[in-house]
Amino acid sequence: MSTTTETRRITTAKAMAEGIGLEMQRDPNVFVMGEDVGAYGGIFGSTTDLFGEFGADRVIDTPISETGFIGAGIGAAVEGLRPVVELMFVDFYGVCMDQISNHMAKIHYESGGNVKVPMVLMTATGGGYSDAAQHSQCLWGTFAHLPGMKVVVPSNPYDAKGLMISAIQDDNPVMYMFHKGGQGLVWMEKNPRSIGEVPEESYTVPIGKAAIAKEGSDVTIVTLSLSVQHSLDVAEELEGEGISVEVVDLRSLVPLDTETVLESVGKTGRVLVVDEDYKSFGLTGEIAAVIAETDPGLLKKPFSRLAVPDVPIPYARPLEYGILPTRDKIKAAVKDLMA
Amino acid sequence: MGDLDRLAMYTQMVRIRQYESRIMQEYHADKSPAWDIGAGLIPGEMHLAAGQEPAAVGVCAHLKKGDAITAPHRPHHFALAHGVDMNKMTAEIYGRTGGLCKGKGGHMHLFDPENHFSCSGIIAQGLPVACGQAMAFKRKGTDNVAIAVTGEGAANQGAFHESLNLAAVWNLPVIFVIEDNDWAISVPKDASTAGASNADRAAGYGMPGVRVEDNDVEAMFEAAGAAIDRARAGDGPSLIEIHTLRLFGHFEGDAQAYRPELETVNDRDPIPKYAASLKELGELSDDQIAAIQADADAEVDAAIEFAKSSPEPAPEDALLHVFA
Repeated sequence: MSTTTETRRITTAKAMAEGIGLEMQRDPNVFVMGEDVGAYGGIFGSTTDLFGEFGADRVIDTPISETGFIGAGIGAAVEGLRPVVELMFVDFYGVCMDQISNHMAKIHYESGGNVKVPMVLMTATGGGYSDAAQHSQCLWGTFAHLPGMKVVVPSNPYDAKGLMISAIQDDNPVMYMFHKGGQGLVWMEKNPRSIGEVPEESYTVPIGKAAIAKEGSDVTIVTLSLSVQHSLDVAEELEGEGISVEVVDLRSLVPLDTETVLESVGKTGRVLVVDEDYKSFGLTGEIAAVIAETDPGLLKKPFSRLAVPDVPIPYARPLEYGILPTRDKIKAAVKDLMA
Repeated sequence: MGDLDRLAMYTQMVRIRQYESRIMQEYHADKSPAWDIGAGLIPGEMHLAAGQEPAAVGVCAHLKKGDAITAPHRPHHFALAHGVDMNKMTAEIYGRTGGLCKGKGGHMHLFDPENHFSCSGIIAQGLPVACGQAMAFKRKGTDNVAIAVTGEGAANQGAFHESLNLAAVWNLPVIFVIEDNDWAISVPKDASTAGASNADRAAGYGMPGVRVEDNDVEAMFEAAGAAIDRARAGDGPSLIEIHTLRLFGHFEGDAQAYRPELETVNDRDPIPKYAASLKELGELSDDQIAAIQADADAEVDAAIEFAKSSPEPAPEDALLHVFA
């Protein structure tokens, strides 16, 4: 058993579903609802095989009514259930943001701590496959900006499962934002890192603790989600060129593990923040602020960032790849820091 | 359906009215300058439900432990009729640590988990939450129901229609209660709403829809009783629209210049009307009326006293309760 456990490799999507399934086995209060989460298994595979195991009573297909079913998730959560709700694309936030921001995220605070909303809202993010402006955004900075919800952003199968289990067990609302390109889907180009070793048993990955995805001494890349995979690819390439890159995988934006970021930046003195979200007023600026507020002297070189340059995500491949934080751009930015 | 207890319903209506009237006095008593909505012992917006007592009292007469209510921005009548502690609710309205939410919520965000009561300042957005509560009751195998309250203006929100559909397609024990007080702030219903009655909209979702006319508490009691019985029996959601009355402004300070029927408002007050009909039935005497009023006065005065004597929160407490 332990041998197969150690060598078993699965996709991020399967790892997410497995995390949900284990929690559903453990706790009868856990259930799933969303659009096409049932027999289909989730458009991006996040509920693969759960319908077969748990049936329509616990894996519930909803009408296309995001306000209605996210609100229903909130109501179920305040009554003590633990819903895992899927918003198919994060880009659909516009039709349900009142429930997310004004209700899910605020009820605990507004109630003076008397009401808990233990709910997971999982949602697909990211571009790179020509789905254009309304189906390709990341938007995690938007949710992280609004108080009252935790925001997790897994980059690999192991973390996807452990963070999912942590999210379901958390007494707070958790936005679980996975990247379509990191799911390991058969119908989308995937980085080999989208398939990885995942133990069969239940385990947790703590929310609010970044990971050093790769150790290095010259430059720190602070990043998250699919950009971790790209950054690791770049770091391996640059090793051959004599540049040692440390990759910090934030894993969650709320809470943000500033300690790990500062420690790494303190060690290397050079930092590049890579973010597939929009550039201005977001994660990249936040990390700059954290460093500046702590000790601007940590940096040997000016702060560097790579993010979507404040344009909607375009459709045509050359246009989209013109604005995404690709490996080439990450590599060039690291080299600039070393120049 | 429980028995009709006219005296209890009248008493509850008087209690709510006394509450809203005293809150109005208190709200304006120390506003300095008088135009400053943020000044005074009770700061912020204040939406009072005087005139709408029949809606809450007719429904809540049927509720039992474990039943839930989501109310909108004008929530006091449903809160009080559903058993929310008047002292703690008042302290919350005064922004005190002894309040339901330790001063974090205020009058539009009252949360009482013990009574499964909540409200939201965003109209119609409490309806999906009520659907989720009903879902939980059903999954737990209880016969509890969720009451989703909103005004007629909110029946034009997407959340209203999504919730009706969701409740119907999942056969949830939800009762949608629409308080039609004729005015969505300053916009009359005929300028905002297609169709004369929101009760007709229920048919589009395959659920019973009833319109209660004349702000009649007993008709509301009957309609709510049937809907609640139906929901408890597992037969799904219903919708009730009551034609009620906004006796005061939309919010305190609203001069209501837009309201041509303002002069007739007091003639339509449901409480003297109900008292007269109970007297005619021989179920209420002048002595009883006086005694009920005196009890209400004393209870509300005590609640206001409780609120005023509760400490204010410390500024640093603003940082608490973001996360559990």
